[in-house]
Amino acid sequence: MAYVASILFTAITMIAFFVFFKKLGKIGRNIHLGKPFQINDQKGKRLQNVLLLALGQRKMFRNPLVAILHLFVYVGFIIINIELLEIIIDGIAGTHRIFKPYLGTFYDFLINSFEILAFLVLVACVVFLARRNIVRIKRFISKDLEGWPKSDANAILIIEIVLMGLFLTMNAADAEANYYISSYLKPLFSNLPSSTTIAIEHTAWWLHILGIYAFMNYLPYSKHLHIILAFPNAYYAPLIPKGQMHNMPSIQNEVLYAMQPELAPTNAAAPEKFGARDVMDLSWKNLMDAYSCTECGRCSTACPANSTGKLLSPRKIMMDTRDRLEAVGKNIDANKQFIDDGKSLLHDYISVEELRACTTCNACVEECPVSISPLDIILELRRSLVMEESNAPSEWNGMFSNIENNFAPWKFAPDDRDAWTAQ
Amino acid sequence: MKVSTMADFMARGEKPEVLFWVGCAGSFDQRAQKITKAFATILDKAGVQYAILGKEEACTGDPARRAGNEFMFQMMAYQNIQVLNGYEIKKIVTTCPHCFNTLKNEYPALGGNYDVIHHTTFLQELIEQGKIKFTDSNEWKGKSITYHDSCYLGRANEIYEAPRKVLESLEMELREMKSCKSKGLCCGAGGAQMFKEEEKGDKRINTERADEAIETKSDFVASACPFCNTMLTDGIKNRPEEVKTEVLDIAEIIAQAIQ
Repeated sequence: MAYVASILFTAITMIAFFVFFKKLGKIGRNIHLGKPFQINDQKGKRLQNVLLLALGQRKMFRNPLVAILHLFVYVGFIIINIELLEIIIDGIAGTHRIFKPYLGTFYDFLINSFEILAFLVLVACVVFLARRNIVRIKRFISKDLEGWPKSDANAILIIEIVLMGLFLTMNAADAEANYYISSYLKPLFSNLPSSTTIAIEHTAWWLHILGIYAFMNYLPYSKHLHIILAFPNAYYAPLIPKGQMHNMPSIQNEVLYAMQPELAPTNAAAPEKFGARDVMDLSWKNLMDAYSCTECGRCSTACPANSTGKLLSPRKIMMDTRDRLEAVGKNIDANKQFIDDGKSLLHDYISVEELRACTTCNACVEECPVSISPLDIILELRRSLVMEESNAPSEWNGMFSNIENNFAPWKFAPDDRDAWTAQ
Repeated sequence: MKVSTMADFMARGEKPEVLFWVGCAGSFDQRAQKITKAFATILDKAGVQYAILGKEEACTGDPARRAGNEFMFQMMAYQNIQVLNGYEIKKIVTTCPHCFNTLKNEYPALGGNYDVIHHTTFLQELIEQGKIKFTDSNEWKGKSITYHDSCYLGRANEIYEAPRKVLESLEMELREMKSCKSKGLCCGAGGAQMFKEEEKGDKRINTERADEAIETKSDFVASACPFCNTMLTDGIKNRPEEVKTEVLDIAEIIAQAIQ
């Protein structure tokens, strides 16, 4: 019987990891649909960002209470997973707490620590559920989250609560074990025959590990993917001043050749697309940003346009980008290559009105705990609107022609530029 | 007032310490012209040898670039860099955070490399060096003031302290708004919004920001950007008479206190 359980467990483990890595591979492929964008400078500063922003969660501490609760979940999640190593070896070898004889009292110390963390994770998740569903914090009841995103957030919290509950139950039902938190649950099982408690322990053990595998495979479909992507995203976070827009060498050269035709190459390449109309026109970093988004809504709360009732929500920009990228990925899976589906990120997912409301104030970029720039995407889409579609409000067209003819965004005579000196 | 242009300096065979980049708002907008003149007065009194480009200055291209018109931006940048490099400009000071950001961060990739400084940082330096001396009867002393962070100075370039230090040097009582520094709320003008109607919503952004400024019950509101100045002035204009406060640029405040 133990033999069968071992084989079954090994098979499930292999399938769980195989499916998980296959999906991660798909996500990697999707991210690489973005345009190349070289980032390989200042490695020291980048590693420092990983430590401060991802591991240290520095941005989260802009709100210390939430930061501490989030830290419980995060530290708990990572450290309790060390215990997974034992669980997996036990499962494959058919052993029971294989590390215990080797580690002695240190083993008890570890399991006690895990239990305390598990309890803290449980408490934090209950508070988070309450914030979303009872207190109804404004950024969590936004229309951005209607439908699946809202269920996704609740599902993650409930799964974590259940997993932590199973972990504690498993320890409580183990007659030989006596740990800090689970010992409070022991009275529940004290009147039961030992065969029943063993069955409970085994069931909790199985449900816990199956739950972990299910959760792992749920990650890539969920906003919870940030627990993985926050790290590379912090590493590749821009190190230039936030006010600096990316240059477009293609246009820089066109202007240069117009001004100095002698510099123009004779074999001029066909003009490329300007700005971004669809996800493939964005950089891979923009696309990784989309998969890293936790949909927490700090960006949209800080956004001056969003907070004054405009249609723009930086969070929705990121969610739309991910949704579109997933749709493009499915299209490629089905057709082996991307077949035009008549849709694009611009217009079908993100409307002109949303893009027009942005003041480029960088509040969204500043707030994001995982180094996402919704502004970068907004500006690339604006470039496409204006340069590919000549789609600008009439006042902007007026501004453009004033700059062109009067060298100022208003229609003043260029000769009057220094008139203030005479007044 | 007598202001020399780069061409004047060139004709005399001289070079100024610094180029004062006035910007379009500072050149043409009636309200912003007062800021320009205040800053020019300070430079004179502090004994800074400066020049302007005069008629040779043109829009940096910032609003065109943020609106999505990269062609227009590149055209303007090309022209300006030709002029600036022609005069072998090394150091530029500007009263506009948008010009500051573009000249400092975006022109280098196009061949324009200058030491660019915003006027609030420049003023702080002049005060620290003792080049700006205040009159004995400092009328600003003890007056309350709230400073509005310009996005292109603050988050975009992380300049939060210089403008505040300048105000503190006048012994003014600095009051912070609900959202300030890296959490500062935009005035609503950036990203070329200045040049179009706001999209539809519940409230205007400048009204929201004006309300935050009014909430501090300060005697004055300080700005460091001609566009923020206009937006906040307009925002406050729509509020009841008894809460109205004056929006002043940091340069205007210093100009009124300088010896």
